[in-house]
This record gives sequence, C-alpha cells and structure tokens, in this order.
Amino acid sequence: MSDFTNAFWSFYVIGIVVAAIIVCLVLLVTSTSVTYTAGKTTGHSWDEDLQEFNNPLPKWWIGLFYLTLVFAIGYLAYFPGLGSFAGLGGWSSAIGANSQYEREVKAVNAVLQPTLDKYLQQDLKTVAADPTARAMGQRLFQAYCIQCHGSDAKGGKGFPNLTDADWQWGGEPERIEETIAQGRDGVMTAHAELLTDEQTRDIAYYVRTLSSSADDLERAERGKVALYGSDCKTCHATDFSQEFPPLTGSPLLGGPNLTDTTWLYSSSESEIIHGIKNGRQNRMPAWEGFLGKGKVRLLAAYVYGLSNR
Amino acid sequence: MSETQTTYNYKVVRQFAVMTVIWGIVGMLVGVIIAAQLVWPELLSANVPEFLAPILSYGRLRPLHTNAVIFAFGGCALFATSYYCVQQTCHARLLSDGLAAFTFWGWQIVILLAALSLPLGITTGKEYAELEWPIDILITVVWVVYAVVFFGTIAKRKVSHIYVANWFFGAMIIAVALLHLGNSAEIPVFSESLLFPRSFSVYAGVQDAMVQWWYGHNAVGFFLTAGFLGMMYYFVPKQAGRPVYSYRLSVVHFWALIFTYMWAGPHHLHYTALPDWTQSLGMIFSLILLAPSWGGMINGIMTLSGAWHKLRDDPVLKFLVTSLSFYGMSTFEGPMMSIKSVNALSHYTDWTVGHVHSGALGWVAMVSVGSLYYLLPRVFGRQEMYSTKLIAVHFWIATIGIVLYVASMWIAGVYQGLIWRSVNADGTLAYSFVEGVKFSYPFWTIRVAGGALFLVGMLIMAYNMFRTIGAGESRDAPILAPAPAAKHA
Repeated sequence: MSDFTNAFWSFYVIGIVVAAIIVCLVLLVTSTSVTYTAGKTTGHSWDEDLQEFNNPLPKWWIGLFYLTLVFAIGYLAYFPGLGSFAGLGGWSSAIGANSQYEREVKAVNAVLQPTLDKYLQQDLKTVAADPTARAMGQRLFQAYCIQCHGSDAKGGKGFPNLTDADWQWGGEPERIEETIAQGRDGVMTAHAELLTDEQTRDIAYYVRTLSSSADDLERAERGKVALYGSDCKTCHATDFSQEFPPLTGSPLLGGPNLTDTTWLYSSSESEIIHGIKNGRQNRMPAWEGFLGKGKVRLLAAYVYGLSNR
Repeated sequence: MSETQTTYNYKVVRQFAVMTVIWGIVGMLVGVIIAAQLVWPELLSANVPEFLAPILSYGRLRPLHTNAVIFAFGGCALFATSYYCVQQTCHARLLSDGLAAFTFWGWQIVILLAALSLPLGITTGKEYAELEWPIDILITVVWVVYAVVFFGTIAKRKVSHIYVANWFFGAMIIAVALLHLGNSAEIPVFSESLLFPRSFSVYAGVQDAMVQWWYGHNAVGFFLTAGFLGMMYYFVPKQAGRPVYSYRLSVVHFWALIFTYMWAGPHHLHYTALPDWTQSLGMIFSLILLAPSWGGMINGIMTLSGAWHKLRDDPVLKFLVTSLSFYGMSTFEGPMMSIKSVNALSHYTDWTVGHVHSGALGWVAMVSVGSLYYLLPRVFGRQEMYSTKLIAVHFWIATIGIVLYVASMWIAGVYQGLIWRSVNADGTLAYSFVEGVKFSYPFWTIRVAGGALFLVGMLIMAYNMFRTIGAGESRDAPILAPAPAAKHA
C-alpha cells in the first residue's frame, strides 16, 4: 500500500531528501578549499572589538558530520525513507506479517499461548483456584482494569465494586466472562419528562426505604404507587408474578438491585433524584478483541475469585 | 542628521530586558506550582472556591507555564538582545522608534491575552501553539513589524558585512513567521461569543500531528536554538573580549542547521500512525543535526581559548560558558533520543521532560541571563551591575537547580520506560502503570526543589536589576563610527 496519492510525491520526497544531503556534503567539501590563516582575524570588525578568527574547521567535527551523513545514506538504503522505496531490508513497523509489531506479538504469544490454551481447556472455577492463574489474572487486572475499578477492585462512584457479592449483570463465572469479553451498556433512561418533580422525590424516598426504615409512611406509599405506575420494574425486577414485583434487580438487563445497601452512585436522596430525572449511562468496554479469549478467561477467573474465595 | 539618529534606541531594549526578568519569574513560578501539583495533587484543587478549581488545575496551568517561559521570557529576551545587537553591529539606530515601540506593546498584549485565555480553557489544543485565532493574528502583525524593524535596520547598516549574530536572529524571524502561519492555519467558529473564540485546525488526523510537530520541533530549532545562538555570537565574544573562533565554521554550521532542522519534527511521532518513511527521515536528519548544532558550541567555547583565566572570576562568563555546555549536552542527547530504539524507551517518559529542561534552563535561560547581565548596565547608564557577588550567587543557585531538575528527570524517565516495558516470564506485564507513578514520586519532589532553586536565582537577579536601574541614568549611547574597512585576510 502506498502512502502517496501519486508517484510524483514519492519522487518529490526523494528529490528534496537527496538535495538536503548534497547541500551538507557541498558545505563540507567547499570548506576544505578555503585558505585559512589560523590565529589571524578575517579583517572585519563590528562594534569596536567584535572580530572573527579565520581558523579552519576542527577535523574531528568534519569527521563527525561525514559520519552522520554516511549513516543516513546507509539507513535510507536499508529502511523505508526515500519516498515509496521500501528499503532493501524490507522493514515495516506494523504493515505485513513480517513487520516489527507482528514479530513482537508472535514472540510473546509463543511464550504465552500454551499456558492460555491450558486454562481455556479448564472449567473457570478450576482456573480461579489455580494460584499461578490467579497471579497472572491479577497482573492483567492491574494493567487493564484498575483505571475504572481501582487497584483494590472496589470501584468508585459509577464504577462497580468487584469484591462484594452484588452483581448487576450476574455473578456466575460464565456471566462474568461474558461481561468482560463482550462489554456491557448500562443505560438508565431519563424520566424528567415522564414524572412530576413531586413524584420523583417520592419515588426516591420510597427507594431509600427499601434498604432502610421509613419515618414517613404516607410519603413512602405515594412513592411506591408512582414507582409501580411508571416503568421502573421493567429493569429493576424479574418476578412479575406478584402485584408489586420485588425490586431485586435484573441481571439480564443490568438493572441494579434497589433493595440492598450497595449503591453504584450514592444512597443520598439528591443523587437518586438526579439519576431518575437525567438517567445514567455506563459502559464496560468489550475486551475479547483486544486481549483474546485466554486473557479474558484469566481475568474472569481472577474477578470471580475476588468474592468467591 | 537629527538628534535621535546620532544615538542607539536603547529604550525598547530596556523595556524588553526588564520584562524578560519579570516574565521569567512569572513563568518559572507557574512551573514550580505545576511541578508541586504532580507531587501534591490536591494543591490548589482542594480548599479553593469552586470557580477557581479548574483555572488552577494542572491542565490549565501547564500551557500557561510553557507559553510564559518560551514566548514571554524567551521572546522578550530575543527582542531585547536582537534589538541591541543589530544596532551595535550595524552601527545604526533601529529603523523606526514607533514600530519598535509597537512590537514591545504588541508583544506584551499577546502575553497578557495568553495569561487570561489559557487559564480560562480557551485553547486550540496544539502544544506550544495553544493561543486562539484572534491572538494568532495579533502575533502575526507584531512579528511582521519585528521583521520590518530588524531587516530595515540591517538595510541601513554602516558596515558592509552583516555580523554572524544577525544571520541567526534573521533566520529565527523568518522561520518563526513560516511556522506560526503554517501550523496555526485554522477555521474560526463563531457559534460562541468573541470573548470565547474557538477554531478548528485545517489539517486532520496524522497530517495535523505532523504539521504540529513540524512546528513544535522547529519552535525549538529556530526560536530556542537559532535565536539564542544569535545571542551567543554577540555576547560571548563581547564578554570574553576575544574574536569568534572560526568564521568559516559559523558559515558551515549556520547553513547546515537551517537545511536540516526543518526535517526533524517526525521524531516526535515515532511508532505512531505516521508512515514509516516519514519517521525514518525525522530520525536521520535529527542525527545529521548533531554536527551543525555542535558547530555553535565549538565556536562559542573555543572563543575563550586564550582567555580561560577570565572564567575564574567573571560570573557573567560562567553563565555563558555553562549555557554552551548545556547546549552541547542537549544537542547530543536530542539526536540520540531520536533514534527509534532509544525513543521506544524514552518517549512519553520524564526523560523527555529532563531533556527539554536541560535545554530550556541550561541553555536558553542561562545564555539569556548571562547576556542580560552584560546588557543591563550598558543600557541603564552604569559601568557594571549593582552587585557582581549576587551574579555569582545566582549562577551557583541556578546551576544546582538545573542539575537537580535534570538528573531527577533522567532517573525517573529511564525507570518509567523500563517499568512500562517489563514483562514476566508468562508474557504478561510485570508492573501496572500506577507502580511507575509511585516510583516517580521522590524524583518529582527533587524536581520541585530544583525548579524552586532556579526561581530563587531569578528573584536575586530581579533585585540586582532594580538596584542597578535605580542607581543608573538611562541614556541612549551615541552611535559608534564603524572601524575603517580593513583588507581581507
């Protein structure tokens, strides 16, 4: 694949590169034919006492200059540089099977792949119990996961804690692996247009009473009616056989459990109101394309092991 | 001939010289603050009013620091010394007092607008070219007037030959105009008020990155190297009282420098989406640059041969010679770092930061400070600075500061590079990124100390300067008659 829209630009690049090197050579060659008078000035003077000696160029300096020019010519013969001429060495940073990138990846994979294949054969719980696999998983976690989930895996506001038993998308080993491999889009829709301010406040109040006690039963009741009158249960419940399905979350849709004391954002009334009104957008990236199945398996085993020791 | 045509215009030199010291203090103070923020991230973010937190955050202050030291401190130093040098070596007053005054006030307005807009987050996002389009236009106008004044003064010179320092100043003025216009080509957006200007670069993707680093590296090459070599070529032989070592060397290294610097930019984009051929050219021309760069160092240092004893008790000469040593060191380090396999280790680490500061503090600031110590008493009607002893104190404090700064960044940088690439036997990474951060903390603390020392040195200089000004009588010196033309040797 050429980097040039047409052959002219390749020749243009070659032309100016060669010209620049020739200019340097000409400067050096012509400086040898000058008559020097070492220790004497050129005869020019400025501002009372500013003068210049007519000393020759230091020989080692000329040598150094030539050396870099010779190196440059050799480098341009071997490596890409002169327009679309690929160089005699056929080197490329990332294009083609023999590129530096592909060779380095191949070298690492030659070491790693047998180990990964071994773990891919095993059941995920077995991998989680293997100390070597856990150590590898931890290192991978420290490289790729801590930016959001923290180096202690306890997460932060908007980023799930992975060390507790609460799983938004399900805590079975296979579900965890699926989450890492394919990513998740956690979307809570905005309800500012669907609910009145008072309804929103009441719902927030009611939601808080699900994991603590209520002191305003009337208000909690109003919130309950508003909540079940709206579409909240679609994502926050699974057992629709009851009149008021318990809001224990929906691992299939990623809707969090509202009855426990784990909060992805905050348990404060104002944060809950903000969430109901404006919705939430959460994204767990998909890693399988980048890391491959083997490393995802190791990460899933490590994460599973964090809360299933 | 009118009265003013019998004297040099020192007024604009005095103005730029004083502002060099003041902007130096401001820019370096911001530098010390952001260095401290890396060690204490809560500094200026916790316990400040909410509206101030973003303004005082690292991301906003960092471009303020770079712009202040490069264009306010370095720029004022270049204006002051080039206006002084071009008059003295052309034996002529500046082309126009009015235009010269315009460049002074215009440049100060540019600096003030930068100091207001950058902390408010008004930025193009291009490193060292962050200023938005209205300021870009003002820079262009000021720079064109600067060129008119400078080359106009050269045109009315009373000597036939143009002194070597002026070649370098002239090359700097032309190249910076080219770079500024090329890289700042942008499409303004008028969706918001004119008080918050926005624009988009006319270049896209990797081409934008290439143009940016063509600009970025040549800002180093022409603004911070060629311009300050001009300074060196006037003030080193003057202070040493010796002729420049080799005229021919100055010719060869000047043209070689001009021809090869323009190519070096791609070494900032090794192992990126930039095509391989472009990366190769950036690397080989950076290597070719070694000898032309060193030509200036040789010419400066060898000018002292036969006068080495002066170095013992002349702190101004100490500043100038030390600056040349740092210049030689960073222009060796630069080509080495441009080699792709070295760059694979050094890129994105603090090694780069150390390299930049050995150039910026060691070369640019030291040569400016030395030149100003020569220039200040002469334009303020004194025989010498108020205190030579304080110059010596400034020299040692600044030198220790640079050594602490550069050495800590080298160590931190090399270790960061090694930590990031360490791989376990199983092929997984040995360290997480944050472990590299943890390792760097002590070195970042040493860096704060080094930077703070350098800042203290500048404060001592300001005190010395104001005492010199207070005791002197500002007067424009009479224009010297040129020496009778001698026969060519």
